[in-house]
Amino acid sequence: MSDRYDAIVVGAGHNGLVCASLLAKAGKKVLVLEANSQVGGAAVTRSFAEGYSVSAVAHLLYQLQPQVVKDLALNIETVSNDMGTIALSADGNHVRFNGDEVSGVGHEDVVQFRDFRKRMKRFAKLLKKFLNKTPPRLANDASKSDLFTLAQLGLDIRRLGKVEMQEFLRLIGMNMRDEVVERFDSDLLRGAISLDAVMGTHLGPRSPNTILTYLYRLAGGDGAISQPTGGMSSVAEALAHSARENGATIRTNMKVKRIVIENGRAAGVETEDGERFSSWLVVSNADPKSTIMDLVQARNVETEFTHRIHHLRMRGNAAKLHLALDGLPTIPGVEKREYADRFVIAPDDHYVERAFNNAKYGETSVKPVFEICFPSFRDTSLAPTGKHVMSAIVQYVPFELREGWSNKTRSAFEKLAIETMAEYMPDLADRITASELLTPADIEEQFHIHGGHWHHGELTMDQFLFTRPVGGAAQYAMPLDGLYLCGAGAHPGGGVSGAAGRNAAREILKSGYSL
Amino acid sequence: MTIQEVPQGRLRSPFYPRQADLDRLFQWHDWKGYASAEGFYDTTLEYFSVRNSAGVFDLTPMTKYRITGPDALVYINRLVTRDMSKIKPGRVAYAVWCDDEGQVIDDGTIFHLKQGEYRLCSQERHMAWLQMSAIGMDVTIVDETEEVCGLALQGPTSCSILKAMGIEGIETLRPFGMATYAFQDTEIMISRTGFTGDLGYEVWLSNDKALDLWDAMFDAGKIYGIMAMGTEALEQARIEAGFIAAYVDFLPANVTVRTGRSRSPFELGLDWLVDFKKPNFNGRRALAREKRNGSTWQLVKLDIEGNKPAHHSYIYSTSKGKKDVGFITSAAWSPVCKQNVALGTVRSPHGKVGEKLYVEIYYQREMHWSKMMAEATVVDKPFWDPPRKRATPPGPF
Amino acid sequence: MKTYDAIVVGAGHNGLTNAAYLAKSGLDVLCLEKNDYIGGATVSRNLYKDWYYSNCSYVCSLLRPEIFRDLDLARHGLQITPYGGGSVFMENGDYLGSYPDEEVHHREYSRFSRADADAYERYSADTMRQCRFIRDFLLRTPPDPTSFKPRDLKELAHLGSKFYGMGEQQMYDTIRFWTMSVAEYLDEYFETDVIKAALSGSGIIGTALGIHSPGTAYVLLHHYMGDVDGNIGAWGYARGGMGSVAKALSSAFQAYGGELRTDAGVEQIVVKNGKVKGVALTTGEEIDAKIVVSAMDVKRTFLKCMDKSDLDDDFYNRVNNFKIRGSSGKLNIALDGLPTFPALPKGSPLLDGDMHFIDSMERMERAYDDWKEGTWSKDPYVDMVIPTVSDPTMAPPGKHFMSCFVQYCPAQIEGRDWTDEERDQFGQTVINQIAEYSPDFKDLILHCEVRTPKEIENEAGLTEGNIFHGELTMDQLMFNRPIPGYAQYRGPVGGLYMCGSSNHPGGGVMAAPGCNAAREILFDLKRPDITPANFGDD
Repeated sequence: MSDRYDAIVVGAGHNGLVCASLLAKAGKKVLVLEANSQVGGAAVTRSFAEGYSVSAVAHLLYQLQPQVVKDLALNIETVSNDMGTIALSADGNHVRFNGDEVSGVGHEDVVQFRDFRKRMKRFAKLLKKFLNKTPPRLANDASKSDLFTLAQLGLDIRRLGKVEMQEFLRLIGMNMRDEVVERFDSDLLRGAISLDAVMGTHLGPRSPNTILTYLYRLAGGDGAISQPTGGMSSVAEALAHSARENGATIRTNMKVKRIVIENGRAAGVETEDGERFSSWLVVSNADPKSTIMDLVQARNVETEFTHRIHHLRMRGNAAKLHLALDGLPTIPGVEKREYADRFVIAPDDHYVERAFNNAKYGETSVKPVFEICFPSFRDTSLAPTGKHVMSAIVQYVPFELREGWSNKTRSAFEKLAIETMAEYMPDLADRITASELLTPADIEEQFHIHGGHWHHGELTMDQFLFTRPVGGAAQYAMPLDGLYLCGAGAHPGGGVSGAAGRNAAREILKSGYSL
Repeated sequence: MTIQEVPQGRLRSPFYPRQADLDRLFQWHDWKGYASAEGFYDTTLEYFSVRNSAGVFDLTPMTKYRITGPDALVYINRLVTRDMSKIKPGRVAYAVWCDDEGQVIDDGTIFHLKQGEYRLCSQERHMAWLQMSAIGMDVTIVDETEEVCGLALQGPTSCSILKAMGIEGIETLRPFGMATYAFQDTEIMISRTGFTGDLGYEVWLSNDKALDLWDAMFDAGKIYGIMAMGTEALEQARIEAGFIAAYVDFLPANVTVRTGRSRSPFELGLDWLVDFKKPNFNGRRALAREKRNGSTWQLVKLDIEGNKPAHHSYIYSTSKGKKDVGFITSAAWSPVCKQNVALGTVRSPHGKVGEKLYVEIYYQREMHWSKMMAEATVVDKPFWDPPRKRATPPGPF
Repeated sequence: MKTYDAIVVGAGHNGLTNAAYLAKSGLDVLCLEKNDYIGGATVSRNLYKDWYYSNCSYVCSLLRPEIFRDLDLARHGLQITPYGGGSVFMENGDYLGSYPDEEVHHREYSRFSRADADAYERYSADTMRQCRFIRDFLLRTPPDPTSFKPRDLKELAHLGSKFYGMGEQQMYDTIRFWTMSVAEYLDEYFETDVIKAALSGSGIIGTALGIHSPGTAYVLLHHYMGDVDGNIGAWGYARGGMGSVAKALSSAFQAYGGELRTDAGVEQIVVKNGKVKGVALTTGEEIDAKIVVSAMDVKRTFLKCMDKSDLDDDFYNRVNNFKIRGSSGKLNIALDGLPTFPALPKGSPLLDGDMHFIDSMERMERAYDDWKEGTWSKDPYVDMVIPTVSDPTMAPPGKHFMSCFVQYCPAQIEGRDWTDEERDQFGQTVINQIAEYSPDFKDLILHCEVRTPKEIENEAGLTEGNIFHGELTMDQLMFNRPIPGYAQYRGPVGGLYMCGSSNHPGGGVMAAPGCNAAREILFDLKRPDITPANFGDD
């Protein structure tokens, strides 16, 4: 059958594009179907007000895997490659982070921070090795390559040396709050690191597991943070370009309604408009819940697997707030050139923990935490001349608000968020000409991510490595013949890293399915 | 607000008043919270009623779930290993259901009550599993265990008794058929099913008519040798019929703690219930793998020399008894076959039909224990399988 | 002057167990206790008339039956009786009972949800699978994963084979179980809030974490892995109160020829030339020994009872950072009669068991939020028992003793010490909560001892009053307990050992650390191993 594709990739998120491009590069006939009009999924630049554009969900690059860039010969331009971070203090005595250096804190903290970074980067490097491998299956009849990978993981940990290995095994399950309190005196320092550990999760700094989430963030560019020129779409466009170059077909505005199953195997897809495409394999870049519960449907997979997918924890807590500004807001104590940096509002670890408390009960934080940047400061393409865009991640904003999301609750929260930022940027409110708040519920609706969770599932140890998305299905192949998962819901997880897409492509090609 | 304390101890089935009148042994045990009689007058006589006239067994504690909704068939078809689309309304299917690893959770009967409406009936409780399996499906599952009671009427005169009760057309009911019948001013459901391997019926009805049914049945049955029977007699009959029982011959997989203690349908000799033509059902992938790679265990029906039941015996491949290959799970002397029979589980590749195995039997005579090694032959067919079981219409006795 | 073969510091249940094994092996052992009574936190105290309070630990399940049997504790007077129920009182006037008869238990759960009642079986089986996994390691020394010594490799291989032996899906389940929160774990089985609340309590008792914190599923296991006569997960009372455990152990110890001294607080563990020399008592008296075994928690041992200069800085810092958090308080109450709980039917067997007054997951978690803010829970999780319902020896006939374990209660109030007034308020909070469900309760109170972590630390010597001698989080379990590299009961100084609950497998009246430490000491002394092995397959 000539019109049968080797593989259909559902969703042109960055992982879907990486996977499609690699499959096409290997000579496979690949079709990518994207529901939205733009490629990129949650890695897109969108206009939210006349003349103002912003990276709609993910806004900074942390962990784009160098292997992906290399494999696909990507050329991604960035306006800044090593952004600094400024932890804001209401009194203007900010703490500044630049790589492994921190200023605005006591000497002891400076030394401790270097040591902390050194250790974290070391562990992140180890983690990075894991990220680019397919998690081995744990089974008595595991294949040789599973056993080999497992042995390698063990060996990699041993190679850290006795002391570091002990520290790794201790820290990996620990919480960030204890680590920052053990090490640092400065509240701002403690707060900023705590924030980095809990961003995008349903965890507070006191929750065990938050060291892991912090390490995960570091496990790409060695801790560097960068901002792509033109926003995240440029990454997506670069990937789409590579995919097309390699021969893949990408079609937008094609929302997949269901995965077609014939004789117990995935055999193609059907779109909302009723168009059907057949293929030998279906590769889903959608999150695991949408993939299994909606596209595949429970009836086509088995009970325990369904139950596990059903119980995946993926309720988002991070909202995006976009502001169109008629000029840069004043931030006392910050120099003009520093507006290129990343700002965080997390005055101390306890503040972050309290912000989390609300989320546990379906409330928005009374005092939210923020990661803020002004992408237009360096990248003039994003706003009219002289005007600016603020892009902020605000936490904690539960997917399921107890009182329900409505225009009223949404604008109340937006007001609170702006007021909170105004404590650090007194003239902020006066500068706003337009705004957009995307709660996790909005993100679910607009980007088709279940729960609006940008990692496609909490990044906790029980949903990590061997058990991501669920045990027995961590090797990208789902327990339905012909179906693969290539998105952030698969190992290693979210962030614009491309690792899941790349690993999935490798597994698909390795499986040597015959056409 | 006053909260009624849940009943303590064992519950009484709606038939209890009549059973209590008959009971001379005072031997009751627990069956899913109900008091269930071991026997009433004499377990040997009760056993022979099943093979010679008719025995009545109280089925009330069986769990019963009503499954309805647009996805009912899709749901049941994913749940069990056999193809339920072949089971038409008015038919009953014996089925097993497995977890994702292809390990048996339980066996039971599924009644196709009417188009798209099913009742699943089993020994163990499964609401949690049934609801878990309902995630993402449009079905409603209602536990009717407490609302529906039941009697098994088993034995060669069972059809005659039902006829004498005035159940019109019962003789046309084929094995594994079910239908509703008028009974006094109500309706009862009768299925031609049972756990004895003989001609027999199971009668289901709502609790409030329980005693009326009992009285009518015993009145009509007086001249046909009807007798109430307890679990001891039933146990003997079901072993002769080669039926397996949960917690005896296999463990429900979802509550098995130790690795390797659960069993697949293949390992229980239920290959005929697994239909790979269905594209998806719970355990399909694992069972397909097992089919390719072979099973670890094999359930065997054993015909053992001598007359001493091989309770809890080890099974050996040679008479020397060096290396055990399995163990007996159910054993009995069969009075009707005059045979020493047992069900057991052995490691593959043992267990082929005709294979000679050896069982180590411990038996006691006047307080002293002796042991012996007895030859045991693996047999294919149920030990007791009379033609009258299948005859439609059934004979009068 | 006499030199003992070994001095064990602290006559708690672990110190006594350790001392008993060393004495049984033929060593000349002295066990020192700072108080004028033995037991540490395993005591029965006579603080009011004829009442005997289990005023720290109050129920028993974890005590290893292997040790019980091996040290002949029955003959030394110890009797454990399982208790017969459990209940959660609900705000709407209802209650959730927990009955020992599984059918009645099923019926009770069915009142709330039939699916939950059925799911309890699967929950029990899955939890039991984890119990069986961990139980195998209770009487084993954790391997050092960084070591290449044959002993460690052998133990690592054992760990690996136990893990692999579980089967594929069970391995994944195990990884998840050890890392997830108790709330998430329960969510996978149950739908009813009060059922989840009832079961989640075991995930936070003695722990400075909330039910939603990752890692609390393991804490649940820590409360399930014990047994009474092979009935895994069952809890019971020691007849005569928990002091009977210590009494039996000390009796065994002395029967093996050991010497016990009370009123002998250790000021310092004396080190000379990098080796222990003995101990100096608070009285100034010095006693020499070849070996010193500390049954105190690691913070107390190294930060309070040793000279900093005898320890290397890194070790010292690690001990300093060891997490022992005060999170629990205790009320011990003498009652003039048995309080009535109108929600319960008359004569309900549920009074013979643990009673709780929090009926929702949200209330459970909010109790933790108060602790994080540096204060006691205003709506606390109370684990209340009245052992005298079945034990006639702890109070005069017709009178009762009530023990209320309270979660959460911080070691300090907003970073400063407790005042007496606050302590009373704390006690009142608990009493009021119970009185909501028992109108005659307050009038029956004859005497009430309120203990915050401060009182528990001062008396029993537990740092911050932490019942486990250290948090049971992943970073402090198995080979990480108490600190990486020191998980095999050996201290950083020659001849110094640790046998308290800061060590694997952790706290609870288990006696396993004491026994395991003895095994390592005997190994170093090249003496035959006389400690018991696991009963296995149970």
